Amino acid sequence: MIIFNLFFYVFAGILACVFYYHTANYLLDFFTKNSSKKIYNDSSIRAIIFIAPALVVLIIFIIYPVFETVRLSFFDKYGRDFVGINNYLWAFNDPEFRRCILNNLGWLLIVPTLSTFFGLVIANLADRIWWGTIAKSIIFMPMAISFVGAGVIWKFVYDYRGPGDEQIGLLNAIIVSFGLEPQAWITIPIWNNLFLMAIMIWIQTGLAMVIFSAALRSIPKEMLEAARIDGASEFKIFTSIIIPYLEQTILVIWTIITILVLKIFDIILAMTNGQWQTEVLANLMYDWMFRGGGDSGRGSVMAIIIMIGVIPIMAWNIHRHREEQKV
Amino acid sequence: MEDEVADISVKNVNKFFGDTHVIKDISLEIKSQSFTVLVGPSGCGKSTMLRMIAGLEDINSGKISIDNVTVNDLPPKERNIAMVFQSYALYPHMTVYENMSFGLKLEKRSKEEIEERVNEAAKILQIENYLKRKPKQLSGGQRQRVAIGRAITRKPKVFLFDEPLSNLDAALRVQMRVELAKLHDQLNATMIYVTHDQTEAMTLADDIVVLDEGTVSQTGSPLNLYNNPKNLFVGGFIGSPKMNFLKTKILSKSSDKVEVDIMGTSKLEVPINSNSDILESESITLGVRPEHLLINEKSDAEWEGKVFVTEKLGSGTFLYIEKKDEPLVVAVEGDADIKVGDTVKIGFNASRCHLFGKNGSIV
Repeated sequence: MIIFNLFFYVFAGILACVFYYHTANYLLDFFTKNSSKKIYNDSSIRAIIFIAPALVVLIIFIIYPVFETVRLSFFDKYGRDFVGINNYLWAFNDPEFRRCILNNLGWLLIVPTLSTFFGLVIANLADRIWWGTIAKSIIFMPMAISFVGAGVIWKFVYDYRGPGDEQIGLLNAIIVSFGLEPQAWITIPIWNNLFLMAIMIWIQTGLAMVIFSAALRSIPKEMLEAARIDGASEFKIFTSIIIPYLEQTILVIWTIITILVLKIFDIILAMTNGQWQTEVLANLMYDWMFRGGGDSGRGSVMAIIIMIGVIPIMAWNIHRHREEQKV
Repeated sequence: MEDEVADISVKNVNKFFGDTHVIKDISLEIKSQSFTVLVGPSGCGKSTMLRMIAGLEDINSGKISIDNVTVNDLPPKERNIAMVFQSYALYPHMTVYENMSFGLKLEKRSKEEIEERVNEAAKILQIENYLKRKPKQLSGGQRQRVAIGRAITRKPKVFLFDEPLSNLDAALRVQMRVELAKLHDQLNATMIYVTHDQTEAMTLADDIVVLDEGTVSQTGSPLNLYNNPKNLFVGGFIGSPKMNFLKTKILSKSSDKVEVDIMGTSKLEVPINSNSDILESESITLGVRPEHLLINEKSDAEWEGKVFVTEKLGSGTFLYIEKKDEPLVVAVEGDADIKVGDTVKIGFNASRCHLFGKNGSIV
């Protein structure tokens, strides 16, 4: 029955689209054919007809929520009374919020940099060994796992049992086999942030590697040979020729991962839920908005801070993309 | 000259790509300060040969030495060579100056020396005004100059060129060809040049090495190859338009000459090597260049044919004459008054004819 309903709605949706575009187009043809007035710019009206549905959806689901969030951030817990910038003042004085900003900055600096670095190095090295393709497939695999799924897997890696018990956590098992004390990894402040970042790096290195692999193929062989004849070592070729040549690709990957990291949420939720000083903005927002807090004003402030963080990177990305199109 | 040692020596070199035998036991001696051109159709192994000398390609057996030093296992940078590629292979993120100084920086030369050498090379190639530009701001010809400049600054003993002019348009190619010849005079370095274009080979080379399917077909000076091709392949490859080949047979043979049939209408006596083992009535190919055929002039043998195409180049005219198989091409003066449809008397001069036996080699 559910399947049937599903098919019905999909079919009805498609039919509605076809109907809309066809009739609108037909009506436009009908009215412009008989009108001698040239003031109607036929093509621009047609463009509006075809863009309109997408525009409406965008406005309802993206533009409106942005403004509503901005509005809510100036209102109280229930979105009723105007409180000015009180929510913002609260946020900047809240130690937990400050901790989030610090943590997010840490994530922003470390994860995109290391993922890009590992991706590039692995892509470059994997092309030189016969089992490179196998290695690349394995490294790419985490990309297919959801962040929460990855969180569950890594929970087992970091799992901790008392010193007397059998260690089921991979990391502790290794450490104990060397005769060391087991550690509750994800509860050690500061360091636990790095352990969580490792998960993200584990996932994103695959993405970076795949894109770099393709980009490396596009490097003209003769250029590398010219460098070898010029006397450059393999390392020098990598640093002086390959990296500058891939500059654009490196920036693209770095920004993609940066934007992803700004929104980091799932891994924290699954692993620590912000305990032991691992809180990040998105998780804190979620806490205030939907759990315990139930405060739409404070939640909205966090959402806006995240958005403000993403905007410059997006803007710069779009700008760079335009520049590239010009050339 | 006595001290003119063989600068590059290639001995019994073999190269396989998988199961394909691309270089078949090639031996070459390339003289110091000479301009040697490796020429042949695509797939003949000429680029592979060059890349093996450069050290970009390993050799499977044999020995390559530069200046009496075996370089088989030396990396490119220790071979004292520089190479210019067909695609220019410039570093796109570096300026012209940085491109030209990259190798010198790696050699840890002083700043002053680098500047001096780059400026010197830029002056020779007339690219002084572009030193601060990036490669993408340059035209194809300018890029190729930069690529050559990058080679010059390192002052190598040997310059290797891998079809450097192929990406340029026809006019620029002719201009660069002249400049390369000039450059060779200026630098006094050994140059090895790979091309598929026989005109480039003829105009630039001191010595030409004609390669065919991984073997050396013939080596020699351009005029030597032109006048005394050792086989059908060289005869057909060198010279433009290409040599005419007539399939014919020997009518009679004496100790130092044979009489061959010309289109069944006349006979031509051609001198041969006295030790030739060619037999009477054997099939044979007669090769004669378009510019060596005579029209309406006294000659050793004559044949009449009808013109069906004329190509007027101004400096000369090529007549295409109908015959069995391929047409016969004759070169005449630019102002010759011959039209399509005319019947002309074509004369063969025995001293200008080459006879190739069944296996393709000269008799």
